[in-house]
Amino acid sequence: MNQQLVRLAAVFGVAGGTFVAARYVLIPATFGDEGHYRAAAVSTVIARPVKYAGRTECADCHEDVVKTGKLGNHRGVSCEVCHGPAAMHAESGGDSTTRVIQPRKLCPVCHAYDPSRPTGFPQIDPVEHNALKACTKCHNPHAPVPPRTPEECKACHGQIARAKGMSQHARLACTGCHVAPDQHKIAPRAFAATKPADISYCVRCHAQADTTRRNEATQVDVEKHYKRNVCWDCHYPHNPKAS
Amino acid sequence: MSDQREAIVPAAEATRTPLPVVDPESFDRRQFIEQMCKACAAGAPVLLAVLHIAEAQGAGASGGYDPAGHVYAMGIDVDKCIGCARCVAACKTENDVPAEPHYFNTWIERYVVRTDGAVQVDSPNGGLDGYPPIEDEASVLRTFFVPKLCNHCANPPCVQVCPVGATFSTKDGVVLVDEDYCVGCRYCIQACPYGARWFHPVKRVASKCTLCYHRVVQGKLPACVEACPTGARIFGEVEDRSTPLSRFMRWEDIQVLKPHLNTEPKVYYAHLNGEVR
Repeated sequence: MNQQLVRLAAVFGVAGGTFVAARYVLIPATFGDEGHYRAAAVSTVIARPVKYAGRTECADCHEDVVKTGKLGNHRGVSCEVCHGPAAMHAESGGDSTTRVIQPRKLCPVCHAYDPSRPTGFPQIDPVEHNALKACTKCHNPHAPVPPRTPEECKACHGQIARAKGMSQHARLACTGCHVAPDQHKIAPRAFAATKPADISYCVRCHAQADTTRRNEATQVDVEKHYKRNVCWDCHYPHNPKAS
Repeated sequence: MSDQREAIVPAAEATRTPLPVVDPESFDRRQFIEQMCKACAAGAPVLLAVLHIAEAQGAGASGGYDPAGHVYAMGIDVDKCIGCARCVAACKTENDVPAEPHYFNTWIERYVVRTDGAVQVDSPNGGLDGYPPIEDEASVLRTFFVPKLCNHCANPPCVQVCPVGATFSTKDGVVLVDEDYCVGCRYCIQACPYGARWFHPVKRVASKCTLCYHRVVQGKLPACVEACPTGARIFGEVEDRSTPLSRFMRWEDIQVLKPHLNTEPKVYYAHLNGEVR
C-alpha cells in the first residue's frame, strides 16, 4: 500500500479516536438517555429531603384533633399550615417538636382585614379586636366559629375601648351607662345597646353633695353649669380630656 | 520523494535502540515520554469507564417511580387566594430557598385596579411580610391576590435557550434544573417570560420551582398546595378524569398567563382578571 495512504489513515484514525475519546470524557454518563439532558439529574432532584409530612400523616397519632378539625371551618386547612413542617416530627414518632404558635401573630396572617382578600372571608382588625388577648381564648383553632357572645364590648368597639382605656374613665365599665340586651351580641343593630337617658351616672362623681368625701373628679354645680344640656353635648365621655 | 522519506525513517528508528529494563543511566527523555504515553493510553479508558459506571449507578436510584402516564399541572383559583403567603413560606422551607427577598419559586402579587383603569401590582418580599395599606381606597375598583410560580410550560423558552442542556422537561411535564451541570450563564432567567427563575447566590446556578418533584414522585402534594389554607391551589394529573385538577379545569373557566407566547403553560388560573400579566 502507498505510504501516504497509510499515513493519512493513521492521521484519520488518531483524529477519530481523539473525537470518540473526547465525547466519552466530556459528555456525562447519562446525558441523552431520555432527552437532551442528564437523566441522572432527575434522581438528584428526587433525592431532596421532604420537610412537610403531608395532611394525611397527622391522623396516625392525633386522631382526636383531626376528627374535630374535619367538622370545623378549618377543615380545609392542613395541620402543617399552623404547626409548621412536621416530616421530622412524624418520622421520629413525635420526638422532635413542631412550631410553637403565638396566636396573636399567626392568626392575623390570614384573618387580619385586607381589602384585597375575597369578600366574605372572616377578617378582623387585630389592633382593635380584643388587643393582646390570645385568639385561642375565645376561638377553638381546630374548629373555629365566630363566638356567639363576645365576652367583652371591646371585641367590636375597640376604638372606643382604647380611647376610654387611656382616659380618666379607664376604670369605668361600659355597663355603667349602656345596657346591652343579650341579642345585641348576635344582631347588634336590631338590638341596640341603650344610651343613658339622663346625667345621673355623671353626677355620682362630678357633683358630689358630701364635700368631705370628694374624689378627684372635677366638681360642677349641676344647677348652674349649662342646665339645659346633658354632659355629653360638650364632653366626650369616653375620653373627657380630649373634648 | 517517497525514497527520501524511506531513507529518513529507518535512520530515525536506528537511533532509538530499545531498552527493555529501566536503567537510570541509559533511560533517556524520549523513552520516558514514550512509556508514559503508553501507560496513559492503557490506563485512561479503564479509569474513565469505572467513573462512568459509578455515575450511572448513582443515577439509577429513583425509587421505583415511573414518569410514564403522568402529566402534572397546577390549578389556581384566584378568588380563593387570601394573600397569606403561607405557600411562599412553605416553599422556602421545603426547597431551601434563600430567605432574603428576590429569591422565590412562588410569590403572591397584589393587584389594585383603580376606577380610571390604572393597575398597580406589588409583591413586597413575595407577600411574606404582608402588604402595605392601599392608598386612596375610594378610587379602588377592585383588588385581589394572584399567586405566581413557574408555569412548567409544555413549550418552555428556558429549555430552548440553555446552551448546555442543564434545564429540561421531564417525561411527566415538569421543568427541572440540573444543578450539577448548569454553568450559570443566566440565559434561561432572561428567557423566562414569567420571571419564574432566579440565580442561586450560593450555588451559582439557575434555580426554579420543581413542582416539588421530590414530593410528587412519593405521591405527596407540593409544599405550596399542602400549605394553602383556602384550597386556592389545586395540584394533580391533567389527563385523568377524576382528579381534583381535571375536575377544576372542567368546571371553571380556565385561563393561562401570556397565551400569545405559545409557551403552553401548565399553571391554570380560574377567575383571572384581564389585567393580570
